[in-house]
Amino acid sequence: MDFGPHLLLAILEGAVGAAVLALTALGLSLVFGVMRVVNVAHGEFFMLGAVVAWFIASPIAGHPAIGFVAALALAPLVAGAIAVVVDRFVLKEVEYDPEATIVGTIGVLYIIQQSALMIYGPEARPVEPPFNHRIALPWFEWGETGLEFYYPWGLSTTSYKLFVIVAAIGILLAFWVIMSRTRLGLIMRATQLDRETALAFGIPVQRVYSIVFGFGAALAALAAVLIVPIQQAHYLMGHDPLLLSFIVVIIGGLGSVRGTVVAALLIGMSDGIISVFLSPTLSKILATLLVALVLVFRPQGLYGKKMA
Amino acid sequence: MSKLPKTSRRSLIKSVGAGALLASSPLVGRFASAQSGAPIKIGFQQHSTGIGAAYGRWYGRTTEAAVKAINDAGGINGRPVEIVAEDDGTDPKRGAEVVEKFANQHNCDVAFGTLFSHVVIGSAPSAGEQKIPYFVVSEGHHVASGGLNRYTLQPGITDVKSQVQAMAPYVADNLGKKVTMIFPDFAFGHDHRDFFTAAIEAQGGEVLEHIAVPPSETSFTKYFPKIPRDTEVLYHVMVGPAVLTFVKELGEFFGPSSPAIFGFIDSLEAVDLASPGLEFLEGTYFWEGNPRYAQADQTSHDKNFRAAVGVDENGASVSDPKDVSTYAHMFGCWETLHIIKAGMEASGYQGPADRQKLIEAVEAMTDMPESDAHPQGPKVFNGKTHQVFGVQYISRVENGRLVKVHTTSIEDTLYPDETDYTTQSF
Repeated sequence: MDFGPHLLLAILEGAVGAAVLALTALGLSLVFGVMRVVNVAHGEFFMLGAVVAWFIASPIAGHPAIGFVAALALAPLVAGAIAVVVDRFVLKEVEYDPEATIVGTIGVLYIIQQSALMIYGPEARPVEPPFNHRIALPWFEWGETGLEFYYPWGLSTTSYKLFVIVAAIGILLAFWVIMSRTRLGLIMRATQLDRETALAFGIPVQRVYSIVFGFGAALAALAAVLIVPIQQAHYLMGHDPLLLSFIVVIIGGLGSVRGTVVAALLIGMSDGIISVFLSPTLSKILATLLVALVLVFRPQGLYGKKMA
Repeated sequence: MSKLPKTSRRSLIKSVGAGALLASSPLVGRFASAQSGAPIKIGFQQHSTGIGAAYGRWYGRTTEAAVKAINDAGGINGRPVEIVAEDDGTDPKRGAEVVEKFANQHNCDVAFGTLFSHVVIGSAPSAGEQKIPYFVVSEGHHVASGGLNRYTLQPGITDVKSQVQAMAPYVADNLGKKVTMIFPDFAFGHDHRDFFTAAIEAQGGEVLEHIAVPPSETSFTKYFPKIPRDTEVLYHVMVGPAVLTFVKELGEFFGPSSPAIFGFIDSLEAVDLASPGLEFLEGTYFWEGNPRYAQADQTSHDKNFRAAVGVDENGASVSDPKDVSTYAHMFGCWETLHIIKAGMEASGYQGPADRQKLIEAVEAMTDMPESDAHPQGPKVFNGKTHQVFGVQYISRVENGRLVKVHTTSIEDTLYPDETDYTTQSF
């Protein structure tokens, strides 16, 4: 494949990865920012979203869009509800102690993963996309008659992949509006800034924590519902998103929404482009190397605030 | 120890009386040679979880069916067969532990059933240390290459080297000579890479590009631009939970202008051919170890095998038409268990002390005619390399079904011996 079409394909693939990664990492970043909890089970909430989407979509007959929309609405709610239960019965019990919550969420990781294995089984199962058309993309070159358009072999995407990118941008904007323009966002930001003062001003911090933890899990689940028609629901699928989300959150700055989105774009796009042109292993190596460099030279992350 | 006299009396009966009966009539021989009612325990190393889970599920069902068939016919040497299944998570380290558990904790007579080549390679040294016969159903060339040991045998399924060698002439003659290969990046895929490349070159063809994909990969479009424009045949083989994504994205990548496509059915094992997005496979070719769809010339053996395992004529579970089997591979479990039975009966196997005799009995096997015990087709076992050879099938997708278009001979699959395990001491 020529360089130009090849690069365009790489960017498209990278954009799909970046879109899903941004949503997943945002959930992780939100939970850390507000609650100071490093949620190791975050990838499992991602997996829950995909698995629940399969349970919801597969028995619904008729047009695949009906099942998909139902999954899009319900799967994040289910994952969020489970997260709220985890918050009440695990995180609250250890009083949100940073070390204890890490160990606690590792336990939650295995409980969710093995429960999925027992209930859903070890198979990878597909959810049908609501629509999926192959879109061949044109490329241009200077020919004898000036600018010529042609359709290179393999340069294509699907309507559903474009939808994932657009939907992710929409969800990110909605998230930004919630955080900056609503009372709920104000309360979350207040809790993030100073827990004690927020409590003194009558903010029900415990309830905010539950909402934030559920909200974070729901974001991961939402990302998974978007990706599951492209990939398939599998009980081990939470591993990679967790790792990449941590990479994104460390590079972007823990708790920084802007940093998370920028880092997700950086990691997602570079993963797409490097793995297309060079090798997928190299892109993982470079991402990890970037984390190491950030930790050494800018420990607070690209957009994080320095801890006093 | 009080049982010793009893044992020797029965041994006497066996050696004097039952020997002739055993040879003339296996059924009578079995009852005459019965030593005790204690079951023969076969450790089944099952990929219940991990990337091999779909195969593990169907290997399990086939194994259950084979054991039922064997027990209904009187068991082995008059004793019932019992399966001890352990999940290895499709993981080599766990696999080695499972083999040790079979030998030490469960007191199994033999270990059996491993598919994924990296698990076989990881587990075989344990089988050698524990001196437990290890019957793998893996397709990898690692047994015949001499890389393993005398305790590891593959008598129920052919290896990749012989499969691809038999495919290359058909591909070169009917599809094209410039091939690009996509394969999983571990031992099994490397067997495909090495042996198909050599085989197609022997046919005057060439491989333009080798594209290795990690078996845990979930997104594949990024690999496809490496397919050179002048590719005439795309050769694909993939494994793992994301095979459906792999094939779908392959179709989306090529759209209407694809080269000829030849795949190993591994890329679609346990996947419904009618899944949305797979329409582009119409007219493409697949290697099949055993044809998934019941063919026009279906044998009574294949019919019986399907009925015993619970598979319909489309290769799916009779209870759930969406639960598609790993039909091209799972016959290997059925055939291997019947070979264990034949080997134990030929050697008069009584317990773990007779394990060497069992291996020698299997090594002595040669022709295995097509029968209810060998429903996939006739086979020839090579006792020196511990590897079986048999016919291979090529199918074409026609109206959403795989229709058999070519059957190789066993001779097409033979290659010179690379090792002689019988010279190794036990």
